[in-house]
Amino acid sequence: MLTPDRNPIQGRNVQLMISCLCDAFFDDAAKAAVEILQQAGCQVTVPSDQTCCGQAAYTAGDWETCRQVMRHTAKVFAGPDPVVVASGSCAAALFHEAPIAFEGESDLPVMQDLARRTWELTDFLRNALGVDQWAGSLAARAVIHHGCHTRGTATREAVRTLCAGIQGLEILDVPDADQCCGFGGVFSVSHPYISTEMGRKKVTDVLSVKPDIVISADMSCLMHQQGIAGRLGSEYPIRHIAQVLRDASMGGLE
Amino acid sequence: MNRQAVDAFASGLDSEVRQAIEAGTARVIENRSHTLAEDYSDLDGLRQLAGQVRQHALDHLDRYLPQAERRLRDNGVQVHYAPSADRALEIITGLVRASGTRVVTKSKSMASEELDLARRLADIGVEALETDLGEFVIQLDDDHPSHIVAPIIHKTRRNVADSFAKHGLGDFDDDPEVITRRARRFMRDKFLAAGVTITGANFISAESGRVAIVTNEGNARFGLAGADIHIALAGIEKVIARDRDLPLLLSLLVRSATGQRISSYVELVSGPRSASQPSGPREMHVVFLDSNRSRIVGGQTREILRCIRCGACMNTCPVYRQSSGHAYRGVYPGPVGTVLGPLLKGEDGFGELADLARASTLCGACGDVCPVNIPLPDLIARVRARSHREGTVSGDAGIPSMGGYSLIARHPGLWRLAMRFGRVLNWLPLRQLPLGVSRAWFTSRTLPRWRGGYFRRWLRSRKEGQDA
Ligand code: SF4
Repeated sequence: MLTPDRNPIQGRNVQLMISCLCDAFFDDAAKAAVEILQQAGCQVTVPSDQTCCGQAAYTAGDWETCRQVMRHTAKVFAGPDPVVVASGSCAAALFHEAPIAFEGESDLPVMQDLARRTWELTDFLRNALGVDQWAGSLAARAVIHHGCHTRGTATREAVRTLCAGIQGLEILDVPDADQCCGFGGVFSVSHPYISTEMGRKKVTDVLSVKPDIVISADMSCLMHQQGIAGRLGSEYPIRHIAQVLRDASMGGLE
Repeated sequence: MNRQAVDAFASGLDSEVRQAIEAGTARVIENRSHTLAEDYSDLDGLRQLAGQVRQHALDHLDRYLPQAERRLRDNGVQVHYAPSADRALEIITGLVRASGTRVVTKSKSMASEELDLARRLADIGVEALETDLGEFVIQLDDDHPSHIVAPIIHKTRRNVADSFAKHGLGDFDDDPEVITRRARRFMRDKFLAAGVTITGANFISAESGRVAIVTNEGNARFGLAGADIHIALAGIEKVIARDRDLPLLLSLLVRSATGQRISSYVELVSGPRSASQPSGPREMHVVFLDSNRSRIVGGQTREILRCIRCGACMNTCPVYRQSSGHAYRGVYPGPVGTVLGPLLKGEDGFGELADLARASTLCGACGDVCPVNIPLPDLIARVRARSHREGTVSGDAGIPSMGGYSLIARHPGLWRLAMRFGRVLNWLPLRQLPLGVSRAWFTSRTLPRWRGGYFRRWLRSRKEGQDA
């Protein structure tokens, strides 16, 4: 429902958007995204002028800034090649939120074109490239956290399917798995009390099943959860789905 | 009524209240999803259809509203338009005064909450009894509803038994059956004494002029049986095109609201009593309340008027569950209230409640359950954008300025520099910094180590995968 009809994939060229959080904090997740796309046979370009998708400004309500940043992003990722995003949330910003923020703007068609080329990483592997089994093994008990921006998108099924193919990877059920962890971008600082309470509930629910790793297509949620767990004095090992796929291909937990 | 912003209110919320809400919403969420899953194989398809049915009526309200009025008049109903809540109050108090009655029975109506109707009738010396059990308890306690379907979701059985005892309805007893029996006994005389009964309207068909009223307690029906005059108060958005739309809308409304397949009572009122009917009101009025709705109809948040008041969005909302309905400082709490609250205030009042739209992670759980497929997260974002554009004080409180971000995010050279220099964060005592934003984050969370620049260096060191 959220996802627009995307252009069919021609060729193997992709442009990778790593997301600002991977740029700043989670370099290994970004590396893993490059490596698994290459392993899947893609010619990967990582435009060095990429910055941020603009979602922070969208959720803050500052749509003027949001449009400026999104215009920059559209320029950096111009051309016919698909844009693969290592974050479900940033992908949704480009394919769902950008067309809303650009209503009535003369360059709306540019953003609509970008929307039809934008894929979250696992959605791309699964539904553009048709990967239905990820060969590899990884001995771990894992929780999958679905970021809220992947509601109604194909990412959730893609993450589950790709994980299901990995030998030794046991996926655990968590109570209230669908509930938001309370990050919400600016919400985390404009509503710190509620955000923290929601985060504590999520972290408690996840830790109750004693996972070795918590996997997501979104590092933003995981960063928030790990931050909450950190203040509570709990270990909270987080992995981007790209890291899991790469590590599985290499045959083990690092 | 509460005046605090949502986060502050939530942080001071009594833990017993929070538990009551947690338990109450969890029960309904479970019942709702159970019934819907059992009955419908393509729920999303149905929600989309219901959304289209509602949107169609709203997009052509200029046709359907006058048509509904004609049908209502044909049925012998007197129709009034109230541009504002104040005007609606004038009309209703005028009718009640003219009737000469001292007692009015009232069934549940969110529009009447917008008017604060029961209190205003009390001001003119008329006892307006809330006959929905939950609303009755609210009235005893001089409280406000905290949920649009379950007004006393914030109270426990013990709280209710306490207020019954306090108001002379018998000694403390928190057995639900005892509570219900006592309320019934108390209300019975009032039903019989009341000259006027006031209801809401869940739907009004433009095709037939039928007014649909849904209750679980039969209180609206008893009200109609006892009174001489029936006044139905309805927002103008309650009009639907055809009678045939009712089965779909009622099916989704009741399942979404309580998990029942049909409410215990559904009234389809086609006018005052006819010559052949032995009882029922001899006079019927419909008061259409606009109160800024016609401004919303053509605007960018128009889908919010599809709302059929099922309450599912608040039941499922983690922010609502942490903060309770009273945190939303108005009649409509939860996700629907974050949009409808500020919009119903009109041009001048929008800013007073614009901050409500900040009280959401935009997680989308609400949009997923809405039976009329309102894109709630998109609408919440639109309200934020408007409040930012108009510079409303409440709407921007606590929101960090995007100035620095805007500059860096548009200049890749600056961005790359910032990525590298961000590493100083690893050495700063961030938790102690006197910045609001920083404190809001670090009080309850840590931050991972800044590793900006490492990925880009790795990329450069590889032959393939380089930027062309
Ligand atoms: S917005 Fe949708 S879910 Fe919320 S009360 Fe209205 S109809 Fe129900």
